Amino acid sequence: MINDFNYLKPGSVKEAFEMYAEHDDCKVICGGQSLLIVMRQGMVAPEYLLDIKGLDELRYIKYDEKDGLRIGATTTHREIEKSPIIQEKYPVLSLMETKLASIQTRNWGTIGGNLAHADPAGDPAPVLIALNANIKVGGKNGERTMPLEDFFKDYFETALEKGELVLEVHVPVPPAKTSVAYQKFNLLDSDMGIVAVAASITLNGDDTCKDARIVLGNAAPIPKRVKNAEELLKGKKFDEKLFEEVGRISYEESEPVADIHASEEHRRHLLSVLTKRMIKKAWEQARAVA
Amino acid sequence: MEKRALKLSVNGQEYEVFIHPKTLLVEVIRDHLGFTGTKRGCETVSCGACTVLVNGASVKSCSVLAVQVEGMEVTTVEGLEQDGKLSPIQKAFLDNGSYQCGFCTPGMLMSATAFLKENEGREVTEHEIREGIEGNICRCTGYNSIVRAIDAVAKGTYKEE
Repeated sequence: MINDFNYLKPGSVKEAFEMYAEHDDCKVICGGQSLLIVMRQGMVAPEYLLDIKGLDELRYIKYDEKDGLRIGATTTHREIEKSPIIQEKYPVLSLMETKLASIQTRNWGTIGGNLAHADPAGDPAPVLIALNANIKVGGKNGERTMPLEDFFKDYFETALEKGELVLEVHVPVPPAKTSVAYQKFNLLDSDMGIVAVAASITLNGDDTCKDARIVLGNAAPIPKRVKNAEELLKGKKFDEKLFEEVGRISYEESEPVADIHASEEHRRHLLSVLTKRMIKKAWEQARAVA
Repeated sequence: MEKRALKLSVNGQEYEVFIHPKTLLVEVIRDHLGFTGTKRGCETVSCGACTVLVNGASVKSCSVLAVQVEGMEVTTVEGLEQDGKLSPIQKAFLDNGSYQCGFCTPGMLMSATAFLKENEGREVTEHEIREGIEGNICRCTGYNSIVRAIDAVAKGTYKEE
């Protein structure tokens, strides 16, 4: 049963900032594809609900060859999935979206809402962190930008301060010879991942690894970078034995919990296998890009 | 908590309803306007029985606040018939026996309608059809007949006479 709340509908971002600052015990709704579920369960029962779904000034996908990609918070998952420029420049982002929940959810749910909800099993965060994305948040007292990996603090907790909204995701232009691969493990495509791994590999001209970013999804309270594994890859040549070793680090450093879908041991095993596969895939793709 | 007026269009007809802001789109459609073709299933954005089109895009009406569709065009299964005749996808469902208990059918029809519209004029694969109805669960395991029905319409079998 959803509680009786007072409904606030701002006409602009500026008005949203003011309304959010003025009301205590206020939750923000955008697509509501996650929020309405927890409200129906009674886990979230705010006095005020601030509806930013209609704020079209935050609904955009912009690309610039120097600046990279900027996606406004109220942009839907489906718009990201179908964007020709994202399909061309950031194919991993579009592919991730095709497996995010169902078409109906992607038609209504938004990227800003997904990130602000901060479910550790969410699909976009690991991919965006592997892509070195930043997030812009803001409120009445101004805006600030931070690396997306610093945005997540704990299960369903973020760096958003009181009165702040998610405004934009910024994905920089990837360095030369870089590719990102992402896969989640689940039984149905439209389910959340039991675990997921995103890996970004940047190669030197001689095919050795220049930089790597490995992010585990649903493996800890927040999307988890495996920095020891990344360090191990740097300067090395393509080597499946090395990837085994990197997978073992994912196994050891993850902190998954057991639930109805999989035990902790099973999750660690899946993470090690997916890490190995995603590094190999990203590496092979990186060889092919300019 | 105050009730408020909401204007929306359902199946081409303008309506104004007076609702609490917490009212879900499925509640407006079924309880306020009486379009009971749209089903309430899981109510957790999982099963797709409540699927309707909002401005042509499929959504799960159990998890959309009705106030968010202010001024928008909603299509329910009742809106599929054209001039008193079944739409091609409805005919195809009949001919292919694409239902058993029928509970998922209205949602399936709406997802199929959105899929066919999106892919109008191009050939679709069986895999694409299955992805097109990924958000709709049928527990009588009728997927094969549903896929056949969508495929038949996509291939032009039910072109308007």
